[in-house]
Amino acid sequence: MTVQQPTRRGAAARTAPGRGRRVSAGEARFALALLIPAAVVVFGVVLYPVVRTLVVSFFDVDSPLPGSYPFVGFRNYARVFHDPRFYPVLGHTLYFTLVSTALELVLGVVMALILNAPLRLRWFWRSVAVMPWALPTIVNGALWRLMDNGQYGVLNAVTTSLGLGAHQWLGSPFLALNMVIVADVWKNTSIVAFFLLAGLQTIPSDLYEAARVDGAGAVRAFFRITVPMLVPSIAVVLILRTIEAFKVFDIIYVMTGGGPASGTQTVAFYTYLQAFSNQLFGYGAALSYLVVLAILALALGYLRILRQGALAGVQ
Amino acid sequence: MDEQVVPAQGLTRRGFLHATGGLGLTAVLAACGANGGSSGGKGSGKGPIRALFMKQAGYSEDDIAKMTAEFQKANPDIKVTTDFVAYEALHDKIVAAAPAHTYDVVLIDVIWPAEFGLRHIVADVSSRWPASWKSEMLPGAIATTEYKNVFYGVPWILDTKYLFFNDDHLTRAGVDPAQLDTWDGVITAAKAIKKSGVTQYPLVWSWQQAEALICDYAQLLGAFGGSFVDSSGKPAFHNGGGVQALEFMRQSIVDGLTNPGSTQSLEEDVRKIFSSGQASAALNWTYMYGLADDPKQSQVAGHVKVLQTPAGPAGRPGVNGSMGLAVSAQSQNQDAAWKYVSYLTSQPVQNKFALSSLPVWKTSYDDPAVVKTNPAVVPQAKKQLADMILRPQVKNYNAISQVLQAELQNGLLGKKSPQQALNDAADQAGSLLNS
Amino acid sequence: MKPRRSQLALLYVLAVVMSLVILAPFAWLVIASISPARDLISAHPHWWPSHPTLSRYHSIFSGQAGGDDVAANFRVAMGNSLVVAAGTTVISLVVGTLGGYAFARLRFRFRRSALFAFLSVYMLPPIALVIPLYLALSNLGMLDTKRGLVLTYCSIVTPFCLWTMSNYFLSLPSELEEAARIDGCNRLQALTRVVLPLAKPGLFATAMFGFLLAWDEFLYSLTFTSTTNAKTIPVAIAEFTGKYSSDFGLIAAGGVLAALPPVVLALASQRFIVSGLTAGSVKS
Repeated sequence: MTVQQPTRRGAAARTAPGRGRRVSAGEARFALALLIPAAVVVFGVVLYPVVRTLVVSFFDVDSPLPGSYPFVGFRNYARVFHDPRFYPVLGHTLYFTLVSTALELVLGVVMALILNAPLRLRWFWRSVAVMPWALPTIVNGALWRLMDNGQYGVLNAVTTSLGLGAHQWLGSPFLALNMVIVADVWKNTSIVAFFLLAGLQTIPSDLYEAARVDGAGAVRAFFRITVPMLVPSIAVVLILRTIEAFKVFDIIYVMTGGGPASGTQTVAFYTYLQAFSNQLFGYGAALSYLVVLAILALALGYLRILRQGALAGVQ
Repeated sequence: MDEQVVPAQGLTRRGFLHATGGLGLTAVLAACGANGGSSGGKGSGKGPIRALFMKQAGYSEDDIAKMTAEFQKANPDIKVTTDFVAYEALHDKIVAAAPAHTYDVVLIDVIWPAEFGLRHIVADVSSRWPASWKSEMLPGAIATTEYKNVFYGVPWILDTKYLFFNDDHLTRAGVDPAQLDTWDGVITAAKAIKKSGVTQYPLVWSWQQAEALICDYAQLLGAFGGSFVDSSGKPAFHNGGGVQALEFMRQSIVDGLTNPGSTQSLEEDVRKIFSSGQASAALNWTYMYGLADDPKQSQVAGHVKVLQTPAGPAGRPGVNGSMGLAVSAQSQNQDAAWKYVSYLTSQPVQNKFALSSLPVWKTSYDDPAVVKTNPAVVPQAKKQLADMILRPQVKNYNAISQVLQAELQNGLLGKKSPQQALNDAADQAGSLLNS
Repeated sequence: MKPRRSQLALLYVLAVVMSLVILAPFAWLVIASISPARDLISAHPHWWPSHPTLSRYHSIFSGQAGGDDVAANFRVAMGNSLVVAAGTTVISLVVGTLGGYAFARLRFRFRRSALFAFLSVYMLPPIALVIPLYLALSNLGMLDTKRGLVLTYCSIVTPFCLWTMSNYFLSLPSELEEAARIDGCNRLQALTRVVLPLAKPGLFATAMFGFLLAWDEFLYSLTFTSTTNAKTIPVAIAEFTGKYSSDFGLIAAGGVLAALPPVVLALASQRFIVSGLTAGSVKS
């Protein structure tokens, strides 16, 4: 069996259903049959909560109990934009999301190339690479909180012995935000790497052979073959990491509790404070739906940059 | 769709069940199981009840299991099930469980009676409170579950912050422990200790952006004669003692007396820094004594001493860090729940388990059996527990606390002057107090 | 492609650097888990504990679960986590792979909106859904059960599986299955006999990710569980830090143990990630 050479356009050219084809009834029925189990598993569970939260976002609900609450239309949504505490929170979230996903992507590509290379002890490198991913976020947060501790943390022991002096790593708002990013990148780069590794596996090796025959060097081959062929995988991990990063909660909860001076409060953490601690469920619900919109906007932006279809996953 | 289905005047349960009914599996099932709104019932005084406690601080899980077993023996027709969660999860668990009425008895913190009471999550038990309790319990204890003359539970775990010091450090620096009786004296002592080089930062506090910061601040605010809200219910911490307290805190950082890690520390970090000998004095809850004085956990065991909180110009109130047992307003079996609550909070039971947590009853502190459980702490506790300061008792306490935490940190980190930070906090808190 | 010798040397250097960056905090975690509590709070961190102790591992494996003993409860939580994460992964992977194939290869109306709907569920912060989900699980009698958690987690993990598998299918050449259909396979046979074997690396990466998503989940588990019936590892570890007291050594020991099953799983499945297109049909 031989495989047709994929073109430069990469995945887009290889996707199956041609735009011109008509929708056949048999195909649609088969699609429905394949999708029904997923729909039951997902929407059977979340439809009620999702709809209820949407309804709640239009009411001034300040208690978890059922009862009569005033209808406020879009005022909960409007209130988000008049909330002076919201903008710094949004800023932290965007900074966290952009910086951590960018770092994870760059380091993830490097890691995937290492893991894909014909090195000795490949099983060893791969099992090392999976380790941070396997560590629960709660432990990761506690671990970095301890290592970053200004009094008895190991990070200061390292920096002092290198002559860089001791610091309160979690002591000032901006530095603390960056330290949370370090902890997040340390853990999540391996996820990105394994996804890209799976993507690298789909690149037929004869493409490289052809490039080599043409006299292309490794760097050229990387940019001419690897990167374009990896774009679909990059789009996926970028969007997945963006979703996770935008919703970041656990590691903040454990590592900094949102401090110092609210410097590490993110939208999800702020939503938690409003909805749970303060029992402003209407406001919290509105915030949650705005999070969905913001993530969608970011995801669509990435896809446009990467020239994937309207949503990767469907061409 | 919601505009059409849900009556415009309010979101009713029926309204949104109509809106969602039949759409999803869970919607249907949620509708089936939902019985009634916010009304609980007294019940028959028998049958099953479920209680929610916290892990680790105060009474242990084993203590509560023993108490419950005794209770079951006396009340065989009540079947008690107990659940335990970490303190950090307690509030959210109570909130999430309220509409499903999972629990009949819940443990609540001193800062929650207003929040939970006004939202009908916990029941008003004023009519069940015997009048005699009001004179037999410590005043600080009574305030734990009371809001606007209504009782939303019975005080159970009593705590406040004490001053712990390392007597070895003081001796080496030539400081007389008697100096630690006032906050001025503490600062003088800290300067002497720092100068002597015994510790680089003699003081450490739990000033992370969390409730712990408010606890330390409350104690200092009380000492400097400030108050959180004035008699008309408006913020008052940006005047007088409230500002002096924050100035005192900030100055101790500027002077290098307070460990700069304090702004990222919780109570547990304070304990660790103190136990490693890197601090000479610290405010903390009762629990620190046992751990800091344990050679397995601590490098300063044998040198830990406990004092009442130091006095400021306006006295020495300790922050009220107590907790109480409440009957859930959703409970269908409130009579049985109340029986269980009254048993757990009764004086004989509390005296018996005094080693884990000090009783709420005045006369217990003269009981030699109780004193014997912790001779270092009980005498100080007897004095301190009679004089406590409450954090503001308002419906949306958590929101106000968050605002205050953030602005206190701005003041502590020098991003704003103390007065400015507290003015900003008062601005935001003012609108929250009105809402 | 065979890298040149110099490139290979560079890759080895990078592999070593990567391992150091990853292993150093892990080493610290292991050291912390065997250090006496008083060593952990020392002003000058010990590179190796003066008196290494396995007491924390011992208390995790020998204690009496169900009561005060948080260490012993952790052991039970590990079992719960394994059951919940495995159950979630199996269900989500199966339904997600089927659905993902539909999105990648079949044409039908509302395809884009349907995918959009699935993904939006994944984008909602869990905090928004906790209370209504609690109510629903309570009415189903599934609070504090592993089934309840599996049900909840599947709703998060399935959209994720659907999306990644759909993308993975898109990256596979469709010519193979078209050839299979010309050879007389029906659509389902083409999927199971041709596409799925090719998709192994993607399936395993997705399964790993799905497993760890469930393994790691904190907020739902914290809210929906209350006893050792169903408490999972993150909740058990969070309980190592009680209201005031926490022993980082115990958290570290829990972390080391919690990382083991996924690492073993990754080791077992990594040879499948290696296989697939390069080793499979393309070269045949």
